[in-house]
Amino acid sequence: MTVTSLNPATAGPARVTGIGWWRFASPQAFYPLGGKLVPALFAVAMVLLALGLAIGLLVAPTDHQQGEAYRIIFVHVPAAWMAMVIYLAMAFWGAVGLVLNTRLSFMAMQALAPTGALFAFLCLWTGALWGKPTWGAWWVWDARLTSVLILLFLYISFIALQSAIDDPRRADRAGAVLALVGVINVPVIFFSVQWWNTLHQGSSIGLRGAPTMAPTMLLGMLVSALGLWAYAIAAVLRRLRCIVLERERHADWVAQLPELRS
Amino acid sequence: MNWSSWNDFIAMGGYARYVWGSVGVVLACLAGEWIALGQRHRAILGQVRLARQAESEDAQGGPP
Repeated sequence: MTVTSLNPATAGPARVTGIGWWRFASPQAFYPLGGKLVPALFAVAMVLLALGLAIGLLVAPTDHQQGEAYRIIFVHVPAAWMAMVIYLAMAFWGAVGLVLNTRLSFMAMQALAPTGALFAFLCLWTGALWGKPTWGAWWVWDARLTSVLILLFLYISFIALQSAIDDPRRADRAGAVLALVGVINVPVIFFSVQWWNTLHQGSSIGLRGAPTMAPTMLLGMLVSALGLWAYAIAAVLRRLRCIVLERERHADWVAQLPELRS
Repeated sequence: MNWSSWNDFIAMGGYARYVWGSVGVVLACLAGEWIALGQRHRAILGQVRLARQAESEDAQGGPP
């Protein structure tokens, strides 16, 4: 364990390549940085979420087809996006961990899973509450709904696999392989409304073409999505700090933490 | 502003339980996760603190 690399005076080679981001790849460098980021990100998340929901629930006009039931979109779509993005991030850190064998990458992968599972559940929950008044059914075995259910099961199996293997190094590798295999499901979710004839409506916004929704509705949805994004990063970093402490509790740097000096 | 009264807003055009059931559960889940993470952090800090105390007591040959 070299602590010297944390000293800017000796971080010569890292300087040359840029800011020296590599030093944050070590758990003891991440821990205090995360402690600063978490409250700031949480505050940003609360402001954006309040703003997005205020625009969506108070200001946005009534939908001429679905009435007020459509307002579920302001939590449903952001939750669905986060469930997919978090899975991609989980697979990404798993791949980084497998290739570079960095401890913090695997811990980040592990920290992402519960928040991703929560968003997948919320996507299904809000979807059921939207489906009932508009389709007349809480649930249908439609390609979009089924693939999101599979996403939730992938998160749950990842968490179960990680907790079933006692040796953390083996648990990390097995989890990373599972996360990478399951990543194929994310494009399936994304394109399911195009590939199959689904009851679920197609996307209202896309990379190509103008969005097919009123500007205020779009604004409310995007601001809520940014709020959930900031929340997700804050929650994952908060969990990552816990995992770092749990795994490195016997390390010298933990013993020297200012919050333990009392 | 889309609403003419507070009651209209709460009623959500007759979809109150669907809309508030969605928004409420989302906010409750986020709050629950956030609080649980705070407890987990306090718990691990407490365990590390206890282990350190036990170690220093061992080193001194018993409690002071």
